Amino acid sequence: MSGFFKSSIGRKVAMALSAFFLMFFLLQHFAINILSVLSPDAFNEVSHFMGTNPLIQYGLQPVLIFGVVFHFVMGFILELKNKKAQGVAYVKNNGTANSTWMSRNMIWSGVAILAFVVLHFIDFWFPEINTKFIQGDWSGTIEGVEGFRYYEELTHKFVSPIRVSAYVIAFVFLGLHLMHGFTSAFQSMGATAGRKQRLQNIGKAYSIIIPLGFIIIALYHHFNH
Amino acid sequence: MDLTLKIWRQKDASSKGQMVDYKVTEISEHMSFLEMMDVLNEQLVNSGEEPVAFDHDCREGICGMCSMYINGEAHGPDRGVTTCQLHMRMFKDGDTITIEPFRAAAFPVIKDLVVDRMAFERIQQAGGYISVNTSGNTQDANSLPISKHAADEAMDAATCIGCGACVATCKNSSAMLFVGAKVSQYALLPQGQVEAIDRVQNMVAQMDLEGFGNCTNTGACEVECPKGISLDNIARMNRELMKANI
Repeated sequence: MSGFFKSSIGRKVAMALSAFFLMFFLLQHFAINILSVLSPDAFNEVSHFMGTNPLIQYGLQPVLIFGVVFHFVMGFILELKNKKAQGVAYVKNNGTANSTWMSRNMIWSGVAILAFVVLHFIDFWFPEINTKFIQGDWSGTIEGVEGFRYYEELTHKFVSPIRVSAYVIAFVFLGLHLMHGFTSAFQSMGATAGRKQRLQNIGKAYSIIIPLGFIIIALYHHFNH
Repeated sequence: MDLTLKIWRQKDASSKGQMVDYKVTEISEHMSFLEMMDVLNEQLVNSGEEPVAFDHDCREGICGMCSMYINGEAHGPDRGVTTCQLHMRMFKDGDTITIEPFRAAAFPVIKDLVVDRMAFERIQQAGGYISVNTSGNTQDANSLPISKHAADEAMDAATCIGCGACVATCKNSSAMLFVGAKVSQYALLPQGQVEAIDRVQNMVAQMDLEGFGNCTNTGACEVECPKGISLDNIARMNRELMKANI
């Protein structure tokens, strides 16, 4: 089986599996974040549960970090291998005649998402790690804020129009990445013919609804603060 | 029609190539692209110049020999045709046509527009066959029931002529449409089952060894394939390899 993952197809399958995991993660992240618009109290409760549950913190969180790092690293490795396979570049190449912009530029939409992930980690993840694992404060509260701190911290981050703009641009790239990536992951896993049209429709819906939803959340908190 | 041709000229495999401009005049729209190239070469020979080397054989669209990357597309702007079946009516008087060899590290240029596609042969040799003793008691093919659907799909896969347009078109120079078709044509039939595991493993291993890239499902190969080989064949190959490793 280890030989399988060293083959070109095995690497595709590994990319697809990590993509499935990340797409599922994105879905649950969205489901939690939309609560911040619908019910701040519910958002605080769920955030505290996610942020303090040992199974999530010590079990799923490392798996998530591995999944994110693996997807990016494998993506870059495959891109480098593919560049090497190309040899001399064409003087004239009409890519638009046979494929979408999204499918040809997964690496660039991926790089934009990576830049966003770094910003997102600096904004939310690193402070959380610092509070819980370095300072040892698992209370979920902060001085001056009644109840849990999560909603307050979230809305505070979306005050800056520069940060909100960066988030909106990143989500557009996320949508473009998913527009090809969703169906591509299923194809790599062997999905064919009859399922293709339905998969493409689900993929389009997913890659529009999720990023657009995140954009709406960011804009809602920016204009509501 | 009168045309300007920008053609890749390269003396041999080790020389550095470059684009060279040529003019051809009075080209009939009924000519095939290769006939237009013949006119150019006649012109070059008459003026004492080296003719442009390009691959061709049957000129009926079935042998897979003719290649060429024309105006940024494998086999040119028409769909479902090889270069020999591309007609000059697809172009207009006064057009500039860019003609390059198929590009991929695994398809090195031999001369001008001729590339070495022996990598495909080596992949075939790694498993693209069934071992059947044909000397003597050959079984009647009709004694093995095969569903119409499977027979049609196997036939569709078997129409791959191994021209290499999929590799030339793919931004990753992936050969997975070719290998997928060759794996599929046997995977769908009972005769192919006996060696199914070795076939897919060996053909994929050889494909990787030849230095082809990884498929990223852009679908460009399917669009440019002169025989319309479907991406489903790549998915089937993926399933076959997964099955072989479980």
